[in-house]
Amino acid sequence: MITTQEFLQIDLPAMTAAVLACVCCALVGNFLVLRRQSLLGDAISHAILPGIVAGFLITGTRAGLPVILGALAAAVIAGVLIEAVRRFGRLDGGAAMGVVFTVMFAGGVVLIEQGAARAVDLDADCVLYGQLEAILWLAPQTWADLADPAVWADLPRQVVTLALVTLLCVVCVVAFAKELAITSFDPALATTLGIPAGLFHHAVVVLVAIAAIASFEAVGSILVVAMLICPAATARLLTDRLPVQLWLSVAIGGLTGAGGYLLGAFGPSILAGGPADALNAAGMIATLAGVLLTAAILFAPRHGVLARNRPRHRGAAGHQMGKDVVSDAVTH
Amino acid sequence: MLFPHSAPSIAETAATPPLEVRGLTVAYNRKPVLWSADYTAPARGLIAIVGPNGAGKSTFIKACLGLVPAVSGTVKVHGGPVAKRRALIGYVPQRETVDWDFPASALDVVAMGRYAMIGWCRPVGRAHKEAARACLDRVGMADFADRQIGQLSGGQQQRVFLARALAQEARVYFMDEPFAGVDAATERAVIQVLRDLDHAGRTVICVHHDLQTVADYFDHVLLLNTRVVAAGPVATTLNAETLRQTYGGRLGPGDVPMAGRDRAPDPGRDLAPLERGVA
Amino acid sequence: MNPADVIATLTLQAGFNSAVVVAGTACLGVAAGAIGGFMLLRKRALVSDALSHATLPGIALAFLIATGLGLEGRSLPVLLTGALVSGLAGVLAIQAITRHTRLPEDAAIGAVLSVFFGVGVVLLSHIQTLATGNQAGLKTFILGQTAAMNQGEALALGALALAALAAAGLLFKEFRLLCFDPDFAAGQGWPTRRIDLALMGLTTLVTVIGLQTVGLILIVALLIVPAAAARFWTERLWVMVLVAAALGGASGWIGASLSALVPRLPAGAVIVLVAGALFLVSFLAAPARGVVATALRQARLRLAYAEQAALAAHEAGHPLDASPAIMAWLRLRGLAADGVLTERGRAAASAADRNRRLWERFLIRYPTLIPGQANWGIDPIDRVLPADMVRDLETGPAGMAHREIAG
Repeated sequence: MITTQEFLQIDLPAMTAAVLACVCCALVGNFLVLRRQSLLGDAISHAILPGIVAGFLITGTRAGLPVILGALAAAVIAGVLIEAVRRFGRLDGGAAMGVVFTVMFAGGVVLIEQGAARAVDLDADCVLYGQLEAILWLAPQTWADLADPAVWADLPRQVVTLALVTLLCVVCVVAFAKELAITSFDPALATTLGIPAGLFHHAVVVLVAIAAIASFEAVGSILVVAMLICPAATARLLTDRLPVQLWLSVAIGGLTGAGGYLLGAFGPSILAGGPADALNAAGMIATLAGVLLTAAILFAPRHGVLARNRPRHRGAAGHQMGKDVVSDAVTH
Repeated sequence: MLFPHSAPSIAETAATPPLEVRGLTVAYNRKPVLWSADYTAPARGLIAIVGPNGAGKSTFIKACLGLVPAVSGTVKVHGGPVAKRRALIGYVPQRETVDWDFPASALDVVAMGRYAMIGWCRPVGRAHKEAARACLDRVGMADFADRQIGQLSGGQQQRVFLARALAQEARVYFMDEPFAGVDAATERAVIQVLRDLDHAGRTVICVHHDLQTVADYFDHVLLLNTRVVAAGPVATTLNAETLRQTYGGRLGPGDVPMAGRDRAPDPGRDLAPLERGVA
Repeated sequence: MNPADVIATLTLQAGFNSAVVVAGTACLGVAAGAIGGFMLLRKRALVSDALSHATLPGIALAFLIATGLGLEGRSLPVLLTGALVSGLAGVLAIQAITRHTRLPEDAAIGAVLSVFFGVGVVLLSHIQTLATGNQAGLKTFILGQTAAMNQGEALALGALALAALAAAGLLFKEFRLLCFDPDFAAGQGWPTRRIDLALMGLTTLVTVIGLQTVGLILIVALLIVPAAAARFWTERLWVMVLVAAALGGASGWIGASLSALVPRLPAGAVIVLVAGALFLVSFLAAPARGVVATALRQARLRLAYAEQAALAAHEAGHPLDASPAIMAWLRLRGLAADGVLTERGRAAASAADRNRRLWERFLIRYPTLIPGQANWGIDPIDRVLPADMVRDLETGPAGMAHREIAG
């Protein structure tokens, strides 16, 4: 078995980073799912690649402000381009996203290869899968060390960044809960009330981008998508109340992050009954998120497949409602 | 200014017409949907916007609210541009424009009408919740306050929208087909609310699709078919000639629904073949 | 690189290997462009994204199973069969989620895409720990490895391109119906689900065969970008499909050539960048739906309405009262000088007034006959409508102008 020291130095920081990444992505992901723009998360997590690589090539490290600013700039550019292609090009939203993010991602891949010529330490792998195992906290050696403030000062940079970003996401969502809700539900009404729906659309893009950038180093760009969408979608199936959905998705996200990491790190050794190589933790987190979503799809008390098919009267009510909508559509 | 709370006082705007539209033209791509519309709304009385499908009725409202860009023309609400009069304006969009699966209760939706009053970043306080509940009560929906909106019937959803408009406490209301696809009870509830609003001195402008009930429900009418065909009091404006100009072609005098009890057959049905194309 | 090399590579003269790669990639582009055109109009562009990401666990599982059975795990047919199966499973999962739950399609696509990919990543990390080891062969599927293409694969891509074009030609009518109005098609007795399946099947085929070349993350770009670019050039479906195929082929051709010429340019990404450049040109400059052309048309329309409004107001007896921009425009057109209308301006004003009256009368008499192509109300009515109809409008009983009633 692993020692306390190994757990504190390797597993605890990595797991904390995974949980924080999952929590902040899950929280902002709710607004993507509610706006029926889940794929914007996919688009953004791909489109930030050239910004990250550009920032990296300039500074030569994977940390630091230039990388974050580069990624943020790329995300904003992607958001603006998608909107421009959709509106001025009169293309459907999915196609507009598909064009923008694939081309930007391709640009990032080319930049990586060109940068690799200069022998810098960046490859596509760490972008795609993240590097949870690279997050180390060397200061603590025993549990007692956690009481020492000096140990905390040595907290890994990724964990600190993720904690700050998670805090930012929570503050934004709490402060603008009402505005986010109304611009998601009825943008036309929001506009007539003087709440700029377009501005909030871009604000959501920026918030998603910040969460994605902070998380991508830990879990990788495509698995960010899983954390943006799956917990929110799972919560969506479990409740009809927006605040409940928000906190539920956060809980599911945190659970997925911790559980996925533990499964990836210790699952193989437990299965093998002895020491075994760990599985990719980020992949395991996404897999667990998928398992939870599937469970919700099947067993959710009211909106699950089983519940929908069971009691006859509820099915009939739903049918009636469907008819109402159809007859409305006919009268227009 | 995002929340124009310095709304002009009643006295300041009393002399100005609730809605004044000049040369309003809206063109999606190339074809005008609304062509050079001029209209001045009267200070009192319920107003119906009437016209065939695709005549630009919803576009007229949306252009007035600044939701679709106009190619040319000006819109004034109580003497000022719409952007400076947001606090005076209430809007009831068509029901199918929103996602009824959204995780919100009826009360949550009605409270949305008060978001501008509450202001940025502040939660919905108890006073506003009570006001929203009172509005739900006025449309007979108090018992459904905590119901998820997707579980309401079409008529109940429409009443929630109406309650939300009431919660806005606006001076000028724009409503897009508030009677569309609702049951008889809702229709009665809606018209009662509209009349209450009128008595309280508010202006109500409704897109209305049912020619039969125009005379019963409304005092003024705006006949629209891409351009403004006619506008004025229902009694003098709604006649065979103006209807022919609005709906086109052969509409006999017997088909015209005049004010009062004896109802003509539904002219909407008779017009159906005409709308498909004039040979 | 010198110009001779560039020309040699582009014209397939730079050695057999390079010619094979360039021609094969171009064929893939043609196939993806043609099929992508229909997927775009079916509003399914991003379903193919989920499809391609969902192939990863299938590739890994196929490797594991084949190795477990003692076969060569890295053989291409085995891996591609695995990719096909799990890709289709992903598409079916999206359909099932959309049909049976309240989740919207975009959430279903995103969830399937990322979860399948996550499962694939876990399996890859497992494979790496095996004694048979080394997932390097599998990883090329993620970002592609064009240069490794051999003659057989290039021929397969050529056959794929022919098959895609043939299918697009043979099922053209059915695909058009499916994209435009599936409910109507079903009402007419068309087996829409099977047509849909055929289109999805073709997309899957293109995706799976293209995996090795451009990689599973970017293959979707070949399905979307050329088709989206083609949309700007035309309003006709068959032209659009052909243009998409041509743009896709050109992207593959030029991209593969560039990658062969310049060191450290990964082919998959370069192909997508070339497609992106072609898209940008189309987006800006295409005459039919390009941004510049559309903006010019919109500006002309605005000016025409403003001019008409100013002239009509003048004709109705009001003083010439227009914004400075419109006055400048009128001066430019020689219609106004020093704040009053010129001789020409007065003639134009009465012509505009007549035009407006006739259009108004036309609208009263034939409210449902609004011509779709013309800027009606603005274009001279004599040029839009047949002469006898205009005469009829001029002589017939006058429609009441609205202001006569409105007052």
